[in-house]
Amino acid sequence: MIMKLTINGEKKEVARESMTVKELLAHQGVEMPDMVSVQINGDFLERDAFDSRIVREGDEIDFLYFMGGGSSA
Amino acid sequence: MIDFTESQLERYSRHILLDSVGVEGQQKLLGSRVLIVGAGGLGAPAAMYCAAAGIGTIGIVDADAVEVSNLQRQIIHFTDDLGSAKVSSAREKMEAINPDVTVEPVKAFVNASNIVDIIEGYDFVIDGTDNFATKFLINDACVMQGIPFSHGGILRFNGQTMTVLPKESACYRCVFHKPPPKNMIPTCSEAGVLGAVAGMLGTVQAAEALKYITGAGDVLADALLTFDALPMNFRKVRLKRNPNCAVCSERPSITELRDEEQAACDLK
Repeated sequence: MIMKLTINGEKKEVARESMTVKELLAHQGVEMPDMVSVQINGDFLERDAFDSRIVREGDEIDFLYFMGGGSSA
Repeated sequence: MIDFTESQLERYSRHILLDSVGVEGQQKLLGSRVLIVGAGGLGAPAAMYCAAAGIGTIGIVDADAVEVSNLQRQIIHFTDDLGSAKVSSAREKMEAINPDVTVEPVKAFVNASNIVDIIEGYDFVIDGTDNFATKFLINDACVMQGIPFSHGGILRFNGQTMTVLPKESACYRCVFHKPPPKNMIPTCSEAGVLGAVAGMLGTVQAAEALKYITGAGDVLADALLTFDALPMNFRKVRLKRNPNCAVCSERPSITELRDEEQAACDLK
């Protein structure tokens, strides 16, 4: 069973029937889920829902990374 | 209304030629006040473009002195400036680029007790800081004071930026909620950044300030622009306000400014 998703604007196929957001993050090689904010179909997902929210066929998912940079002002 | 001298008409001619800027837009720029927090990788190019553009008053905040490792990307500072306060070095260059500009240097670290005094009276704020505690503080203070600002972040070959119109568009906290845990991540200085990536992002932030003040085009509100300079991919992620946002929602849980724990930046 293959699930079609859009991740960060790219169409992807995941060879799984269902998985949680936490599992998807691991599957996509995100080593530091604490450094990522997740938006699904335009809505933000609370961090404590990462391991309960099931990813569904057709979901559009954005991983938004924390980024610092600049000066220590 | 400000009357232009011959030399100002010449200096700003390429702005004046633009339909959406023109004489009127240039007058707005000369009458405006922009604050740049951080005279580093992002603040350096932002400060130079804001000065060149004729932003009438530019505040610049930084507590540090110029170090040799800064020079790879912080192009407002020169080798001769090593050891000088960054705000003094930056002020000197900005005034040299454009004598029309008044620079207000603030040699300080921003914190919960001084930030309101520092940002007060500015029309737009550019966040050029490197740590999440300060990024959240700038967000919260700007939202509470109703001052629009540009968020910017860079790491290695990546950059991200969004413009926040307080209580109109998504704020930094709508998207990122709270700083990441500080104990799990190496610092920015350990992660590295391509110098020109800082220039790309700081320049986008300056462009947002100029657009906001002149009213040209649409600012990056309700959107996060991200780019990866390795494949040179750019992407604009649509955002919307978080109805449960701790600071900009109708029932905010954060109503007083506070210093978050310092947290550094990295991602994998």
